[in-house]
Amino acid sequence: MSSTASTGWVIALTPPEWRRWLLTDTPQSRWQARAGRAYLGWAAFARNPLAMLGLLIVLVLIGMAIFAPLITSYSPVVSGDTVADRFLPPGGDHWLGTDGHSWDIWSRIVYGSRTSLLIIFMVAITAAPVGIIIGTTAGYLGGWIDTALMRLTDTFLALPKLVLALAFAAALGAGMENLILAIAITSWPPYARIARAETLTVRNTDYIAAAQMSGASSLRILIGHIMPMCLPSLIVRVTLDMAGIILTAAGLGFLGLGVPLPQPEWGSMVADGRSDILNQWWVCTYPGIAIFIVSLGFNLMGDGLRDVLDPREQ
Amino acid sequence: MTDILPGWLRSIGKVVISIFITMFGLLLMTFIISRLLPADPVLAIVSDHASAEAIAAAREKLGLNHPIPIQFALYIWDVLRGDLGTSLRTNQPVLEDLARVFPATFELATWGIVIGIVIGVPAGVLGAVRKDSWIDNVIRFVGLVGYSMPIFWLGIMGLLIFYAKLDWLPGPGRLDFGYEDMVTPITGIMTIDTLLQGDTEMFRNAVSHLILPASLLGYFSLAYISRMTRSLMLSQLRQEYVLTARVKGVPERRIVWKHAMGNVLVPLLTVIALSYGTLLEGSVLTETVFTWRGLGLYITDSIFGQDLPAVMGGTIVVGFVYILINTLTDALYRFLDPRAK
Repeated sequence: MSSTASTGWVIALTPPEWRRWLLTDTPQSRWQARAGRAYLGWAAFARNPLAMLGLLIVLVLIGMAIFAPLITSYSPVVSGDTVADRFLPPGGDHWLGTDGHSWDIWSRIVYGSRTSLLIIFMVAITAAPVGIIIGTTAGYLGGWIDTALMRLTDTFLALPKLVLALAFAAALGAGMENLILAIAITSWPPYARIARAETLTVRNTDYIAAAQMSGASSLRILIGHIMPMCLPSLIVRVTLDMAGIILTAAGLGFLGLGVPLPQPEWGSMVADGRSDILNQWWVCTYPGIAIFIVSLGFNLMGDGLRDVLDPREQ
Repeated sequence: MTDILPGWLRSIGKVVISIFITMFGLLLMTFIISRLLPADPVLAIVSDHASAEAIAAAREKLGLNHPIPIQFALYIWDVLRGDLGTSLRTNQPVLEDLARVFPATFELATWGIVIGIVIGVPAGVLGAVRKDSWIDNVIRFVGLVGYSMPIFWLGIMGLLIFYAKLDWLPGPGRLDFGYEDMVTPITGIMTIDTLLQGDTEMFRNAVSHLILPASLLGYFSLAYISRMTRSLMLSQLRQEYVLTARVKGVPERRIVWKHAMGNVLVPLLTVIALSYGTLLEGSVLTETVFTWRGLGLYITDSIFGQDLPAVMGGTIVVGFVYILINTLTDALYRFLDPRAK
């Protein structure tokens, strides 16, 4: 009895059926409506081959970071024989060659994906909350607080990002934490602007008024009712910025202000191979290709995402 | 009170105030960064084993004995007087050093933006007119590649291919080795100074050294310029006045370049100015790769020479130029397009 019921349930969800459930004009629950909207967005995204290519690159990057030890047989930091394994050309056991430290370049690129993802992730979770707190506070409280906070944001927006990050990294010294801090300090202002704009649209709605009348504090309304409304557009913007974060991090790494050796980081790998470029071109070339592919992937994915969420361009 | 002043004067006043506020923010940042530094600035002047009096004298000289707000006020006062401190590497006033290297950056960024405009604007227009054709897709993809390219790596690859392998272009630097001391700096801009000396061979040498780094920066800016031109042009071509013109039989070329371009021009100017500001910044990496003795290389060399006054001075100057370009463009936009209020 129960088995037939469950079979019937499975049959009810065969492809045309679950599509109909998702695309219905009369969703039975809020979650069904949301799932339907997400499905439509996904369908639009999937129709764009370049966006799908971008998504694929990002997924491969994440896969590389997770399964790094399974993908390479060499350690990224333990060098081979310092004479015999130095500057081996691509091919054979070391299929992208080895560098001047006798490190295997392929495994350093693979492990370097962890560094890149960590930097992106840390910058995102540092800069986005700062932006959201400043933006929602300014938008909700208004008045002189709004003016002061937005003046601050505009000032930061008008400053040269790379040079400022450079100055910060130079003053704080090389290292992963300082690199992340330097990039985060210069990337929060756009998030604050977006959060403020979202806050202004919900500030005068009935449900906020209801929360105010039931005696909720400003803090509680900000955290519980306004910040969640800002998240979707903020997440999109952060995704769009990720290619830029990768390039900035690689640039600072190239200038020697990133993660110190022996930890693998693509920008510093390019810098490391630069002096040997004439005879050992592979040391410098492959990490650069890695930076390019990953940043292209994030750009393609971000473009596709924006087309889906902002259909004005169509 | 404010009504007494004419409108244009008030607008200029607003621009000036806005530049001042942003500069104040920049100086606050550089001040905080200089005080954040783990190294004790006093030790840069006196040795580790200096006597207590010598250390106290150095602190006095650096103004470190004052409370922080006073220190900040003194700091601003120094910058306003054009005193950015003395470089620890060159033992010269930082401002003099910066004035010497600035023309090199200016020359590079200017050629870069010229390349970006000359190629980027027509490419963007073409992409908009032939929307979704293969040529549009090629232009967009080339632009996207430019967006995603680590510029320092592309520079190294360019040197490897065109200098080391093919020997079509000269190596790093602004001139060949033997030539470097033969140019008397007048403007500091090589392509002008060599011409003023009437030396065509040296002029050609300077141009050949410019080609690779300027094309690189040009590519970088054309990626942005062509993308923005395309989207601005597309939004115009959808307007009804374009349809009207078509119905009246105006040639398509005239519609695009006269009617639509007229409306694209003002926002496009903003885009170009912004990307010029970004190029000044982007020159930091390019100059490092090409040993181009400009602002960017000066800043990075100073970082590795632990020359903090020079780093901060360079940051202030790049920041000031950047802020100036941004604010003036914004003001120009409001002036040219009265709808933007």
